[in-house]
Amino acid sequence: MAGVSTVHRPDSAATTRRGEGLIEFLLRASAAVGIVTTVGIITVLVVEALFFFVEVPPVDFFTGTRWSASILPYAFGVIPLVTSTLLIAFIALVLAVPLGVLAAVWMSEFASQRVRLIIKPILEILAGIPTIVYGFFAITVITPLLKATILPDLGTFSALSAGIVVGILVLPLVASLTEDALRAVPRGLREGSYALGATRWETVRRVLLPAALSGIAAAVILAMSRAVGETMAVVLAAGTNPQLTLNPTESVQTMTAFIVQISLGDTPTESIQFKALFAVGATLFAITFTLNLISAWLVARYRNVYE
Amino acid sequence: MNEREPVTKPSVSQIGASAPSGATEATSASSKNPALLLENVSCWYGGFRAVREVSLAIPRNKVTALIGPSGCGKSTLLRSINRMNDLVPGFRMEGEIAFEGTSVHARATDVIDLRRRVGMVFQKPNPFPKSIFENVAFGLRLLGETTGIDALVEESLRAAALWDEVKDKLDQPGLSLSGGQQQRLCIARAIAIRPEVILMDEPCSALDPKSTLQIEELMRKLIRDYTIVIVTHNMQQAARASDYTVFLTMGDDRAGYVVEQGETGKIFTAPQQQLTADYVSGRFG
Repeated sequence: MAGVSTVHRPDSAATTRRGEGLIEFLLRASAAVGIVTTVGIITVLVVEALFFFVEVPPVDFFTGTRWSASILPYAFGVIPLVTSTLLIAFIALVLAVPLGVLAAVWMSEFASQRVRLIIKPILEILAGIPTIVYGFFAITVITPLLKATILPDLGTFSALSAGIVVGILVLPLVASLTEDALRAVPRGLREGSYALGATRWETVRRVLLPAALSGIAAAVILAMSRAVGETMAVVLAAGTNPQLTLNPTESVQTMTAFIVQISLGDTPTESIQFKALFAVGATLFAITFTLNLISAWLVARYRNVYE
Repeated sequence: MNEREPVTKPSVSQIGASAPSGATEATSASSKNPALLLENVSCWYGGFRAVREVSLAIPRNKVTALIGPSGCGKSTLLRSINRMNDLVPGFRMEGEIAFEGTSVHARATDVIDLRRRVGMVFQKPNPFPKSIFENVAFGLRLLGETTGIDALVEESLRAAALWDEVKDKLDQPGLSLSGGQQQRLCIARAIAIRPEVILMDEPCSALDPKSTLQIEELMRKLIRDYTIVIVTHNMQQAARASDYTVFLTMGDDRAGYVVEQGETGKIFTAPQQQLTADYVSGRFG
């Protein structure tokens, strides 16, 4: 490229261009690390899962309703794990979505600039607390609180307690993304609404929330993805009892909790349990990946509306 | 919300349209009895004064155009009338704006009621992401109307000269219309709740010449029922479409002030001030 230049360049220019090339190489290499790692992880997951499916037919895995990886007779039907994962995610969303959306509406439309500048970083700090702390919080605060008030028979581990704590955990995510979506609604729409004599709340309800709906939906799906993939808080709060139930007071085992159980134990790497770990991991990955894709698609679609 | 109090200040500067001092209640639809009176209005954004001591009388059932170079505070002034500047942090107004004898900035004034009676059309068409029908019905639904919405929507769309173009696709999104149609939709939306005044903030600046002419023709028709105040930086538009013209410019401190006001014909053919003459002849601005 430089060779065609007819302009005289001092020697330093050539040095600068070599430096430029080095920087470009480093940038490429950094980007490559991320891509190679991702491809590597997916490959390992898929290949190891295939070894598992040689021993357990996929039909049994995906449709089986009994999971018993440590107690004979072994059974590897993933439905109890998926069900309890979704149960906990559902409880979490029931809590986090209304609260998160209301918090976002308050931050974006009602709070003063000064208050917002204080609250938003606090929310982000909340999102930075290690999730194992949330797990502790569930068994030392939430469960005893539930026992003392409405559910005296609640065990130490329960889907309910796990769902509540995961809800608290994803609340900042919902609030933050919803606030972004609300603030992305063009100012002209707010003004149009106020100019017709709408109050703030009428403007929120009739104009802003509908206009930001796909952005909010994206936030909810991302939160669901986060709840489904959440590990440590759930292992601590929900326990490791793989059973097919929709009763939130029961102890259950989620997909992530199973993975933790096998990874931390002394399970031999050649055993069927160890291979099951990858099948469950691949399933989990497929679920969260799909949710993230839907979320990204919603965000893209919603950007197209106004720009 | 009937909180109309008589203005306490008895006199309002009589410039341009001759306003009787101590105007209190609306009695007749004559230009002698202005719809809006602005007295010594100054506007600040934080420490910056954007408008300096503007006094105006806006005559009823006429089009009053505010013209002047960019940044001279025309829009700020316009948006003070229905208190849209309340939404701007740091905004402050001094002086008095009286709408039908009531101070719009008084503590007792219900801003929601004010905005229902003083509608607004914006620079960029801003239909809601709803159907054409629901855009027009928006204000009616806010008022809690449940019956007769269909008829009122049709009437408003007809008044905004849009009915024939959209009558077969009322359930389609407002955003699917062309720019000019969207702006007429916004006008229909504004007049659906029967305001008394319509404020237009450069309503044609985003439109092509044909759509611009349509809006101007529409304005001429609407003044039978409404008082219109339009901000425009397009002098031809002011000359074509307005009855009264107010020329503002910026002082050395960048605060906008009124140089001259009067009947549009006079401002454009026989301006009294050199600044006005320079501006309307295109030598400046």
